[in-house]
Amino acid sequence: MAHEHKLEIFRGLWKFKSNTQKIWGVLAFLTFVTAIEVVLGIYKPEVLMGNVLGMKGLNWIFIILTIVKAYYITWDFMHMRDETKGLRRAVVWTGVFLICYLVFILLQEGGYVESVYRNGFIKRDF
Amino acid sequence: MNTTVATTGTEGKTWGGGSNPLKASYGKMMMWFFIVSDALTFSGFLAAYGFSRFKFIDSWPIADEVFTHIPFFHGNYPMIYVAFMTFILIMSSVTMVLAVDAGHHMNQKKVTWYMFLTIIGGIIFVGSQAWEWNTFIKGEFGAVQTKGGNILQFGEYKTVEGEQKFERVAIADFAKATHGERTQHERKSGLWFVDEGALPEYTVDEVYNGLVSNENILIRNQIINEEGHKTVLSREESLKQLKANGKLVVHGANLKVNEYGSPLFADFFFFITGFHGFHVLSGVVINIIIFFNVVIGTYERRKNYEMVEKVGLYWHFVDLVWVFVFTFFYLV
Repeated sequence: MAHEHKLEIFRGLWKFKSNTQKIWGVLAFLTFVTAIEVVLGIYKPEVLMGNVLGMKGLNWIFIILTIVKAYYITWDFMHMRDETKGLRRAVVWTGVFLICYLVFILLQEGGYVESVYRNGFIKRDF
Repeated sequence: MNTTVATTGTEGKTWGGGSNPLKASYGKMMMWFFIVSDALTFSGFLAAYGFSRFKFIDSWPIADEVFTHIPFFHGNYPMIYVAFMTFILIMSSVTMVLAVDAGHHMNQKKVTWYMFLTIIGGIIFVGSQAWEWNTFIKGEFGAVQTKGGNILQFGEYKTVEGEQKFERVAIADFAKATHGERTQHERKSGLWFVDEGALPEYTVDEVYNGLVSNENILIRNQIINEEGHKTVLSREESLKQLKANGKLVVHGANLKVNEYGSPLFADFFFFITGFHGFHVLSGVVINIIIFFNVVIGTYERRKNYEMVEKVGLYWHFVDLVWVFVFTFFYLV
């Protein structure tokens, strides 16, 4: 069986000689991202604690870094990079669309319930 | 008699049948479909967690104050252990993908070795999670739950490196134990169909008496102030709150009470990390089955190691889910 692997990540910025090498490269990258997350999580720099689009700036950084990690796990460990476009889109877009929809609906509703609590119709400070 | 249409005019076209337009085997594609549906299940749980958190956004527990332990060491080390767990799982993902790669080269020895390492990684992860649960259930300082279900925690201001810092104090360190008039109700001493769990170590009155005689101890409630810390009450306010609203001394967390804050936090923690842990556990079991198949040479005879690849997909998915659980439970 011939297994073709695309041996570059970051749009060709980082090229590898063999698949094994690429795996270690991706591991290095994922470890690096996790380390950044942990350091930011421990020190919580004051600059990043401001409110950006309804959430702390730091939280947005965490979420974006998570999606970056998810991308490289799916694309390189699960070999999505080497699958056909059809399979890739069937899997990724289905998930992305449904998850975004669900998250939007539930968070919107949660925020609304919170505003009802906050604006004093329901007392819970006892 | 031949009524079947033999030619459809689509021969040679990608979607005309008889070819593999997605260039993936049946098994692999079904694994992908399973992964999509499982991803939706997990995102349903995580979105529900987000819902509850947004609902109590001004009083949700701060994860850094909850998960601060590492095995064999005392002290306050937020995040370190869970970062280690994340690294272990990513590492075992790497050995898995190396096993898949070795499978492509039909290298039985290497596949065996890498599968073995993957299984070890999975076992370490599940063990770590069990330890984490255990620490969380046991709790650390203890707290008092109020009539409204809120949590009051105790602590005092200490000067650390010239800065005033609020440090938690365990209930056991200041509460005044008195001879209680209340004994645990058991079946044998009353109605046979009524019993109750173990009584808390201290009653609210004992905690109150302890608070009265320790003048430096203050109460902290769950409301998050503008600096992102929990609000610390004044001395008078502390005494008043505990007297007026204190109802139950809680230590640790379970599905009903949680000394760290909202019980929902504990519920979701147990449910989501439990469901993920169950995935890891079943992944380990499946990996072991495949491992023995590799050892006895099943795939060598089959002349392909696609089974390893399919299990690999599942294993990476478990890792993928953990990346999200890690973010939403421990970081955000």
